[in-house]
Formats: sequence, structure tokens, C-alpha cells
Amino acid sequence: MIDWTSWHNYGFMRSALLAILIITPLFGVMGTMIVNKKMAYFSDALGHSALTGIAVGVVCGVADTSLSMVVFAVVFALLLNRIERSGTASTDTVISVFSSCSVAVGLAILSKGGNFSRYSSILVGDILSITDSEILYLVIIFVITAVFWLLCFNWLNALCIHRTLAGSRRIPVAWMDSIFAVLVALTVMLSIKWVGILIINALLILPAASSRNLAANMREYHLFSVIFSMFSGVLGLVLSYYTNVATGPMIVIIASVIYFATYFFGSSCRE
Amino acid sequence: MRKIIAPCGFHCIKVNHLSVSFGEQIVLRDVNLHIHCGSLNAVIGRNGAGKSTLVRAMLGDVSHGGDIEFRDTKNGRMQRLKIGYVPQSVNIEKNTPVSVYDLLASFESRYPVFLPKSRGLQRRIREALRIFEAEELLDRQVCNLSGGQLQRVLLSLAIMDEPNLLLLDEPVSGIDQNGMELFYDTMNYLKKHYDLAIILISHDLDYVRRFADHVVLLDQTVLKQGSVREVFSSREFERVFMEGSQERWHAKPAAEGGEWID
Repeated sequence: MIDWTSWHNYGFMRSALLAILIITPLFGVMGTMIVNKKMAYFSDALGHSALTGIAVGVVCGVADTSLSMVVFAVVFALLLNRIERSGTASTDTVISVFSSCSVAVGLAILSKGGNFSRYSSILVGDILSITDSEILYLVIIFVITAVFWLLCFNWLNALCIHRTLAGSRRIPVAWMDSIFAVLVALTVMLSIKWVGILIINALLILPAASSRNLAANMREYHLFSVIFSMFSGVLGLVLSYYTNVATGPMIVIIASVIYFATYFFGSSCRE
Repeated sequence: MRKIIAPCGFHCIKVNHLSVSFGEQIVLRDVNLHIHCGSLNAVIGRNGAGKSTLVRAMLGDVSHGGDIEFRDTKNGRMQRLKIGYVPQSVNIEKNTPVSVYDLLASFESRYPVFLPKSRGLQRRIREALRIFEAEELLDRQVCNLSGGQLQRVLLSLAIMDEPNLLLLDEPVSGIDQNGMELFYDTMNYLKKHYDLAIILISHDLDYVRRFADHVVLLDQTVLKQGSVREVFSSREFERVFMEGSQERWHAKPAAEGGEWID
């Protein structure tokens, strides 16, 4: 007989649950705008740039590679944003070029001397190893995002709908783009160790994409996205404990199932 | 919403020596316009004549030479020009969860659209939609609207900001005959009942002939402007719309000594 409450007796499980209760609503909310702005590729590239960030930290001799990772990601995000706006080549090509280039540099540096296995845990992530002070960082980015969302969400939405129209209404279009890009970079970097490079983008995109299958307005869009995100997170954590599977992938599997369910439900409703 | 019964007739908007170039390429040069409140001004010209660039320059979306002034001719004072822009379409794909309320509220208010609807804001949006007979669209998804419905929603949005100048980029497609009639009736209503001037980038010469007060024929620069009759009977008009559009594509075969007319 499986004891369905035993997981709660472990401190690491309680910390992980707390972290998930912060990360998942944050991802759910942020995902709505990433999907709206068609930035799925952008956030994916940002996730990959984590490797380069660590490599830069190692080369420069920074003790805490998390710091170099965050700084590099912010610079990378602003750079991508700028190139995108200059409109010289199609965005997905440019992002792809920069992303693969930075991954290659990161891998080259980290694999020097055959030491890459030291860093491989970041590919899959391990939320069970999160500490209280690291949870505090998540709380900070959560609060910053919440404040930004309350103050500026309408502007973001407006510029998504029509840039020139938004500009003509005295909305600081370029600033909004940059601030949002930086916020995505910070969120991705502060949670990447727990979620993993390979699947972090899925967690950002899936809840919002599922929500789009059902929602008819912004209120439903946000509500469903947060619910799907938190549900997959909590259920994924508990299931991973009992099945002995890594937590991140389990969460993404559940989120994917929700996506397909909403897809078929949504399209059958529309017909 | 501002309740002004009629245009005052004393405001005028002047575009002086406006020019735009992208790198080496000159798109607009020395465009001069003089526009009065209460008038419907149509800008016409063939594709690539710089009509859309003129709109973007006036909105400050592309950098340009020259200036735009907005004056009260009664006391000569300069004022800040508020432009209500109505784009051709919006960047909303199928299945996007943006309702008409969300669209208008995002531009019109800072109260976040992801929170429960604000009563006051909803009332203001309803009032604006009512002017264009679009009140029942409030909770519809924007991606499911027809071309004509979307245009009425965008007009409501433009009017909510109480503009001095309404700048419209007329949609090329997606609006049927009835929709066009309704649209031009609305333009007439607006210019009579609101204190604003209208600049319309139009692709439909028949409607321009019937409704415009002032016509501007554009091709890089203003070729001809004036009343409908003046412009439509001018040689410049003939050159742009008669010869240009037909013969350009019907050049004689080279064997007969013909060549592309350009």
C-alpha cells in the first residue's frame, strides 16, 4: 500500500513544493505574454545561453556562476531584442544563429579537459536540491514580475496588438520590449537550475498554449494558464516522488497531456 | 467623451515640407498639406506611392524631415496635436484570447485587463462602441470579427482618445459593399459632429469621388491637391490612374518596336 502523505515528511520535498508554488504561477503568467508576443523561440534561446553564462563565469574566475549566468542572459536578451527590432533578417534565423553560437562556445569551454559531467545536472535540473536562500531569489523575481504585470500589462498587450498604434498612444514601446525581455531572462536564469535547460521552455509555453485552446479573453487566459501551470507542477512533484522519475520531466509530461486534452476539447467545442 | 456638436472651423493642421527616406531611397519629398477641422481629406495614389509611409511619418513612427503644426487660427496659438490612428488591421491571429473589451481597455486604461472588468471602464468602452453601432461586440473575440466590425471597433478606440485628427488607413479587403457605405456614412457623421479633421488613405476612387471634401494625389510628393473635381479632372490624375495602371502591363511585343512604358 502506498502511503500518499509520506513525501511531506522530508524537508527537501517541502522546499521543492514551496519552490514549485512560486515558479509555476510565475511561469503561467509570463507564458501568456511570451506566447502572445511569439517569443517561444526567444525564451528557448535564453535557456540555452545559460551554458555560456556558466562558461563565462568559469573563464573569468567568478566564484558564483549563477551571477555570471544572470548577467550574461540579460545582456544576451537585450542584444537579441535589439537585432530583432532592427529587422535586418528574419527573427527566427537570427535567434537561431545566436543561440547555437552561444551554446557551442559554452559547451567548448565547459568540456575542456573532459569536465562537462560536472555541469550536466543543469540540463535536466533538480528541484529537490533547492535551498531556502535560493527560494528567496524566486520570491523576489515573483514580486517584481507581479508589480510589473499590474503596472504595465496593458501596455505590453497594446504593443502586441499593434506597435504603431501603441506608439501613437504614447506607450513607451521600446522600453516595454526591453524590460519584458530582461524579466524573461531573469526568470529563466533563476529557475533553470531547478527546471533544467532542456525543458524550461516547455514549462513556460505549455500552460499558456493550453489556456489559449479554451480562453476567450485575457481574464480566462491568465486564470487557466496559472491553474494548469500550478496543477502540473504540484502533481508532477508528487508523482515524481512515488515513481522515482526526475521532477522537471514529470511536470512537463503532465503539462503536455493537459495541452492535448484542451486542444481536442477546444476544437470540439468550436465545431 | 467630448460632446462637441459641430467642428469649430478654426483649427488647422499644416504639414510642412515633410520628407522621408530609407537609406538612399527617397520615399517622400516636400509634402505640404493644409487641413481644416470638419473636413474629410482623402489621400490617393498608386501602390508604393508612399501613402502608408506618410501615415507612419505623421505618427512619428519613422523619422522624417519637415514638421507638422497644429494651430488655432482664431488666436494663432500652437497646440499639441492628438492623432487618432485607425490601422488597416491588427496583429491578432486566430484563437487569440483578446476580446473587444481587452483590446480597447489595453490602449485606454492602465487598469490591468487580466483582473475582473472595471465597471467604469466598461461603461466608457460601451459608450464609444455605441457611436459606431458596435456595442454588442464588447465580449466577442477580436479574431472572430469581420473586417467591417473590426474597423468599427478600431474607430471607437480612436475616438475615445478625443483626437484632433483622425488618421485612417482604409482596409484593402475584408469589407463588403454595405460595410463601405456604412463606413463612409460614419465618416460623414464624425466630421459633422466632432471637432476633428479626417485624413483617409483610400484605395477606392468611387467612394472618394462621392464623399471627400479635399483630395490629395500622392506619388512621392503631392502631384495635385484640391477639390474632387479639380483633382479627378487633372492631367496628373490621368497620368497616374489611366495610363500608368493599364499600359504599364500591356506593352507591345518587342518585335513590333514596343517597349515597357514606365
